[in-house]
Amino acid sequence: MKRRKFLQSAGTLTIGFSWWGTSFLPPLTLDGEYDTDSAPGAASLDSWLAVGSDGTVTVLTSKVDLGTGVLTALSQVVAEELDVSFHRVRMFTGDTDHTIDQSQTSGSRTLHKAGPQLRQAAAAARRELVRRASVRLGLAPKNLNVEDGNVSAPGGESKTISYWELIGNKRFHLTMTATGTGENLQLAPDVPPKNLKDYKIVGTSVPRIDLPAKFSGEFVYTQDVRMPGMLHGRVIRPNHPISLPTGVDETSIRDIPGIVAVVRKESFVGVVATTEWSAIRAANNLKVKWSEPVVKLPANDDAAFAYLRDTKTFHDQVVVDKGNVQWGQSPAQQASTFAATYRWPFQMHGMIGPSCAVADVGPKTACVWTASQGIFRTRKAVADLLGFAEKDVRIVYVEGSGCYGRMCPDDAAEDAAVLSREVGKPVRVQWMRRDEHIWEPKGSAQFLNVRAKVDTQGRILAWDFMDRFHPYTAGVDNRLLAARQIGLEQTGPGALGHGFNYGKAGGGDLYAFEQQRIISPAIPWIQNDLTPLRTCNLRAPGTVARTFASECFIDEIAAHLATDPVQYRLSLRVNDPRTHGVLKAAAAKAEWMTRPSPLPPSGEFTARGRGVACSNREGTIVAAIAEIEVDKKTGKISVRRITVAQDCGLIANPDGVKNQIEGNVLQGISRTLFEEVQFDESGLRTVDWASYRTLRFEDLPEVEIVLINRPDFGFLGVGEAAVIPIPAAIANALFDAAGIRLRQVPLTPERVKSTLPS
Amino acid sequence: MQIEPEEIQLRVNGKLRSVRVDPSTPLLYVLRNNLKLNSPKFGCGLSQCGACTVILSGRAVRSCITQVGEVKNLEITTLEGLGTSENPGPLQRAFIEEQAAQCGYCTNGMIMRAKVLLDSNPKATDEEIKRALNGNLCRCGSHLRIVRAVRRAVRHKT
Repeated sequence: MKRRKFLQSAGTLTIGFSWWGTSFLPPLTLDGEYDTDSAPGAASLDSWLAVGSDGTVTVLTSKVDLGTGVLTALSQVVAEELDVSFHRVRMFTGDTDHTIDQSQTSGSRTLHKAGPQLRQAAAAARRELVRRASVRLGLAPKNLNVEDGNVSAPGGESKTISYWELIGNKRFHLTMTATGTGENLQLAPDVPPKNLKDYKIVGTSVPRIDLPAKFSGEFVYTQDVRMPGMLHGRVIRPNHPISLPTGVDETSIRDIPGIVAVVRKESFVGVVATTEWSAIRAANNLKVKWSEPVVKLPANDDAAFAYLRDTKTFHDQVVVDKGNVQWGQSPAQQASTFAATYRWPFQMHGMIGPSCAVADVGPKTACVWTASQGIFRTRKAVADLLGFAEKDVRIVYVEGSGCYGRMCPDDAAEDAAVLSREVGKPVRVQWMRRDEHIWEPKGSAQFLNVRAKVDTQGRILAWDFMDRFHPYTAGVDNRLLAARQIGLEQTGPGALGHGFNYGKAGGGDLYAFEQQRIISPAIPWIQNDLTPLRTCNLRAPGTVARTFASECFIDEIAAHLATDPVQYRLSLRVNDPRTHGVLKAAAAKAEWMTRPSPLPPSGEFTARGRGVACSNREGTIVAAIAEIEVDKKTGKISVRRITVAQDCGLIANPDGVKNQIEGNVLQGISRTLFEEVQFDESGLRTVDWASYRTLRFEDLPEVEIVLINRPDFGFLGVGEAAVIPIPAAIANALFDAAGIRLRQVPLTPERVKSTLPS
Repeated sequence: MQIEPEEIQLRVNGKLRSVRVDPSTPLLYVLRNNLKLNSPKFGCGLSQCGACTVILSGRAVRSCITQVGEVKNLEITTLEGLGTSENPGPLQRAFIEEQAAQCGYCTNGMIMRAKVLLDSNPKATDEEIKRALNGNLCRCGSHLRIVRAVRRAVRHKT
């Protein structure tokens, strides 16, 4: 059977039919049949861009919008390079059958990596269209201008021809130079892009293309996808590591109407029903007895930190190792050694809309509509699980709620595939709140040791930073929940409890000390598989905690030297000279008063203080200043104002960047003040929003933002840069206000109060 | 005991709609799945997050814990009832002007709760706006923009 036919029978239409937003782009029928069995590769311009005779430009990309507005920015990049109005650009995103693999959407890399890819495809298209126009108009390409897709000679020349006349609904059949794959794919490097000084669209605050439909209920999220004949499924999992369901009492749900199936496969238990409410009731009421789990969760956070501290590493990720760090005292040096230990808890992504997917599994082919951050990885996972060839599985991205890394491992797609195969119909699975809180892979706890040797002038002679962490165990190549539960063996490093390494930034790499060592010993994780403490990347993975430790520690040294924390940082050598510019910009905006911390104690019930911290993540530099109040009776911290200065290279959309910074700041405050996954040997205890508190409107600070535009640096990352310095800035402000140093997040009222001098 | 489905008449966004469902079904699933009104979102099913908020005879309620059988004679308003992307209502326009969302999954609840606030208190202050929205959760951190959007709608009204 031709796949094309299958796809139609699965309920989708044809190329150009987009699930994105409400746009439901009219099917773009290009000349000739679009044969998906021989879809063109990355070097073909037709894989990236299509011009419609209706005056539209459709961009095809596997990068997706995770609710950050990045598609608006990518549209700006294409419109700019192609010289068409912004409103003409349509984005067709995230379809394994129709878009080229540009790597998963994560790590603030969409504009950074895919921006230049789409820019170059557009530049190649523009050059080709101008070439064709020159033939039609009988004028040399260098004498032609393009304005909103109309190609003409400048001046009084009346001859003009548009892109839509030249190629509307036809394919380019143009091969570009293409090297590398994924995010390292280099497209058409031989085509010179537009000069930065001619930019008119990139750099402006174009309103987001998705928001009007999101504010009216018209936008289609994954959760809103419905297929003809679709059934509703739920999967039943305990709040402890998955064991064997020794008893499943189907009579417990016999009064619920519309039950289609109770699906049992090894340790996988699911229900399928005709209505969503019946599926929910069945999942709630089905009596399942689980055997005693082989692996138990740690008894408490102390036990989890002790495990991190005491377990032998399997790999030391060395970030910096220079100058042969010496800890002995040389007689010539009057130096002091400082040391401190910091602790960062397991935290949740906490998607506000839980995982959801719709799968339609036929005898030989399958299609899944889902919010995966890595559609190609999900395709492989679903194909493996079903025993299908990858080419027979299609994954279509449909935006879900904000996910912050959680949808790199896409669990719901697998759940839906298992259930759809069993009942032979499309099945929609949406996790309940409890499912999401318990079974989302967590951001790892980290146990961080820092020491430094400092001379009498305050110079840091040696720096030793060690971050003990659990790498992702729900990482790329690891099998996820459903696949493991139906009996597939674990694969990849996850099989050993090893998982994958984290990001590298933080831990003092901002600074250039002569003797400097920063290592991340990876600790194998007994909770690697099928447990609620499985781990994956959580926004700026690892880097948030490493920066909490290193930027607090810099403050501890500054306080010991009785030096102002901003001035002290400015006295340190940095690896990127832009760092000091960002720090000065934040200090100026916040009207930072130069003085050492802490403030002298006052008799007032409320103590006020300020703190600073800096970060550099793959070139995006952020300085944050926090101003807080502490209620000395209750220990409650209130953040009053956060000032952020950010240098993220070329800014595509200033308001979009500000929106991301505000979100990063607020999520950063939430993670600093409130968030900690709690557990005991019987299971996970933070199972809903009452037990896992996050930031609310009552907690809002003012946020001031300074953007530093550096067009020559190109696009750098924005999505997860500004969260990084927030915890250290707040903890440093607490020290300034109250003279106490908390080295463990979250900075809860109980911890503050018990540390305050009575 | 199996509960029999019933024919239930609902007044939604000014129209009379008829559904045949188990009356104990939460209104959320009836609006979404029977009436294809997608704006109320499932977030928690526990009345903790507010993503499912609708207006029931002038009050903001959590449709995830409201049984459809209890709302038969009440006027139900969903986000779709306030305007469209082409022709947005005043609050929706204010949200667009302030670009007041990231993923937008929680926005339904924010706008519906704000609508009830402004209907009863058209001159709401920032503190009143924050207090009214405090039970609505947002994970992307769009709170500041949401407050600005509601404040903008207040300004337009007064």
